[in-house]
Parts: sequence; structure tokens; C-alpha cells
Amino acid sequence: MEIKVCIGSSCHLRGSYEVIEKLKQLIASNGLEGKVNLAASFCLGKCGTGVTVTCDGEFLDGVTPETVEGIFKERVLKAL
Amino acid sequence: MKERVFDTKVQLLKYKALKAVIERAYAGTLNQAMYEIPKEIVPGPKSDMRCCIYKERAVLSERVRMAMGGDPENPNIIETIPVACDECPMESYFVTPACRGCINHKCMDVCPRGAISIVNRSAQIDAEKCIECGRCAKSCPYGAIIELARPCVKACKIGALKINEDKTAVIDNDKCVMCGACVYSCPFGAIVDKSYVLDCVEILKEAEKSKRKVYAIIAPAIVSQFKYAKIEQIVEGIKKLGFHQVIETAMGADITLGKELEELNEREKMTTSCCPSFVMYIERHFPKLKQYISSSPSPMVEVAKLIKRTSPGCKVVFIGPCASKKYEYKLPKTDGAVDCVISFEELQAFLDARGIDVSTLEESPLNNASKYGRIFAKSGGITQGVKELKEKYGITKEICPIALNGLEQIRMAMLKMNAGKLPENFIEGMACDGGCLNGPLCLSHGDKNVLDVDKYGAQAREQDIAASMKLYELTKNDDKD
Repeated sequence: MEIKVCIGSSCHLRGSYEVIEKLKQLIASNGLEGKVNLAASFCLGKCGTGVTVTCDGEFLDGVTPETVEGIFKERVLKAL
Repeated sequence: MKERVFDTKVQLLKYKALKAVIERAYAGTLNQAMYEIPKEIVPGPKSDMRCCIYKERAVLSERVRMAMGGDPENPNIIETIPVACDECPMESYFVTPACRGCINHKCMDVCPRGAISIVNRSAQIDAEKCIECGRCAKSCPYGAIIELARPCVKACKIGALKINEDKTAVIDNDKCVMCGACVYSCPFGAIVDKSYVLDCVEILKEAEKSKRKVYAIIAPAIVSQFKYAKIEQIVEGIKKLGFHQVIETAMGADITLGKELEELNEREKMTTSCCPSFVMYIERHFPKLKQYISSSPSPMVEVAKLIKRTSPGCKVVFIGPCASKKYEYKLPKTDGAVDCVISFEELQAFLDARGIDVSTLEESPLNNASKYGRIFAKSGGITQGVKELKEKYGITKEICPIALNGLEQIRMAMLKMNAGKLPENFIEGMACDGGCLNGPLCLSHGDKNVLDVDKYGAQAREQDIAASMKLYELTKNDDKD
């Protein structure tokens, strides 16, 4: 599985770097290093609603540094 | 659209030629460009720049040629336009009223061309015969003959500009480091940087058809440019040209700084690698000192590589104030990270050629880099970064930095370093006086530019390079997969 986090200007301003840090921790604490690949991307084309995150190409809505943990559990852990 | 204001009239002419070339590139009428554009810019019948409209048009035709890429056989980014230079009326040596018309008149004796005669008890130099060797000035006991150096020669601090026997300026390609100081200094616009803007047009046209992503990376000096619009509007304007995204080159500067900090611990002495003219100066004039050049890639290359790792198959165009970046991006050591380089002047012409008035556009955010990356644009910026971050990044040894501002200071310091007499161990070099914010291809040059850059640095979301370094590490892992 690949999770892509937008690091374009809009998403950066909304906290995409923090989202990446939290995702790194979540991947590590759940022992998913080999299974989930975390990547960065410059602009995923949804500058209005970011932080834009995709999971195998599918957009995850409403990700912020605060909500990322819940969304990760809901969308990533359950899918694996 | 309002008439654009430039620092100099020569810049305005260059802009007109560039704009016309870009318009024709989109209209598909480039064939007759060298013939037709000069007529459009100088419709006549009166001339106001040179002796006649025909000469004005001949020079403009050369400007069009430079706007279309110049001489592909000449490896130098900077070229002279001999037909424009020939007009320069300035004699290098001038007899002042201090001449006493003495009996010895050594000036006459030392002149190898018999160019000096005594008329009404005063020396007179025959400009046709004078080869500007300067012997007369040196020999006069009254110091009555002075050198009126040509602006281009004066601007070139490293002696790469010579005057031919036929009095046109010639660039010594072995010495020239492409800083571009002569380009901005020549009041006749007889020295010009090659433009690759047509390559940029081609990249964007191809990308539109193939749905390829093209990224613009902009140098931090851009904040002191385009005084009539906000930086966020410029970003939106660049996107309207067909770029997918606009990224700060300063993000690459964060990474360069991080790598340089790492390197510093292991090296005895180090010179910075972000200014290609500084690097070239060491390589061409002090080859013995090459070993001290930092091996960290420049910010432009670093951010371009980062983008290409996250977006395979994309293209990257650098937009900046710099002439020598046009040379750097083609060097093998950059691994083709950057696909084209255009200047701020060329960006202005590009926007206007496409009818994009940035002052009316909405704002598109720009925030990728830290404060430290952004202040790379000014002389002393890297040094400030090293000073403020060295403890945080575990540098244990004593750092004694120096920021060399402009090629004159660089020349003096490298002479010392070559003789083993430079006490500093971290040597920042910027070929342009003041740094990139005063680059030769800036739209506006001035002391206030530094205030804009400092303000821009303070506005960065990240006040430390850590975030950029983490992203660098993250994408490096992408490479392995």
C-alpha cells in the first residue's frame, strides 16, 4: 500500500509536514514498515481542501495533523 | 497592459525582443523573426538610439538572435554583439587640462602606435591609432592622462573582458565565470546573455499535449522583483503559463545548507557551492583550491532532484536572476535535474507575451522553504545559517566563517587562500554584489531588495531547515524502492 501526502504550498501551510511525521510514527508503531510505503508529492490537485492524502490513489478526506491518527486507523489499518 | 518599467532602457529593448520572440513561438511565425521584429520595434522613420534606424534594426536583429538562443557553438552564456559595441564612443585614455605640454613628453615616446601628438602645447590622442595600452598614462609625470575605463571592463572584476584592436569588447571564455556583471553594465546593451526561453516554450507545449507535469522552481530573489504585484500573484501567473506547480528553490537551499553543515564537520576548509560563478572562478583561476569546494549540489539542483523523485517523468524549469545558472544546469554533474533555465527578465516577457497581467490575478500560496533557505538570496545568508544552526546540527569544531560579497572580494580572498593565508574555514562566495537579489538578470536592482528578502524569510512557516531535511530523507527512500 502507498500513502502519498501532498507537500505543495497549500498543504504545507495546513500542516502536511506534521501529517507525514504522524504517519511515520503510526506506520512504525503498528509494525507496517514493509507493507505501507509513505511518499511525498508536490500537489495532488486539491489545494482547496488539503492536507491532501491519497491511499493507493484514493483520496482521504479531512486529514489534518489532529485527525490523521483516526483516519489512519479507519482507512488504513482496516484495509490491511 | 501597462508599459513595463525597467532599471535601464537596454533592459526594455531586450524585453521587447524577448516578448516578440515568445509571441511568435506561439503564433508559429518565428521564421521571419530576425527580419520582422526589429522593424516592429523600430518602425522609423526617425531613430533615437543610434545613427540611423538601419543600425538600430541591425542591433535589434542581434538581440532577437540572442533571445532565440544565441550562438550554439559558443559555450559561454554571455556573448558580445560587436555591431552594438562598435558604436561605443568612449576613448579609454583621455588627456585632461592638467597636461602642461612639457618638453620631455614621455607620453609620445612610449606610445607604440604614434597616436600622440602635441597640439597647442597639449598632448592629443588620436583615437583611431590608440590601442589603449595605457603606457602614456603611466609615463606622464603630472598624471594628466587618465583612464576612462569602459563600463564593461570596469564591471568585470576578474579581467575576462578585453578590447580588440578594432575596439569591440571580447570575452575571454577561459577566464569568464558568466556572472553577467558586464551584461547589466554596458550602457549600449552590447553584451547579452543567451536566452533559452524558446526551449521553455517547447517544454510547455509538449507537456500540454502529453499531459506531462512541468514544475517551475523560483529563486528566492523573486520577492524583490515584480514590484507591481504580490508574490502570490506571480505564482498564479506562472501557473497560467502552463506550469503544474511553482516550488521555492529555497527548499533546495535548506537541503544544501543541511548537507554543508554535515560536510563541515569532516573538512578542514570549505567553500560554498551554490553560486556557479564562484565555483567556476575557483575552477578556472585557482585550480589548486578546487579540493575545498563543497560537494553539496546547489539549491537549484537539489530541489529539482527532490521534485523528480516525487514526480517521475516531470520536467523542471528554474526561474532566477542568474546568468551562470544557465550554464550550470547543462553541466554533467547536475545529472539533468533541471531541464531549462530562464531569467526574471524572460519571465516578465513571457507573462506579457501570453497576455497575463499578474496584478489582476488571484493569489496562489507559496510556502515550501524555511527562513534559512530563503535568505540564501542575500550575501551573508548562508553564513548566517551556518552560525545559527551549527550547534543544533552537532558541529563540534570551531567555525570561522566569512561571507565574500561580489567577485572583487572573492578575488582578494582566493589570492590569500591560494597562498595559505586565509584564516577562515567556511568561505561563502557570491559573485554578484549583494548576492542573488542583485543578479544581472533581475528586473530591478537596488539596496532595498535585501529588505524584501529578509521579510520573506521571516514569513516562512518553517524557521528551521529540519522539515526540508526530513522530506529529503523521505524521498531518498523512494529512490531505493
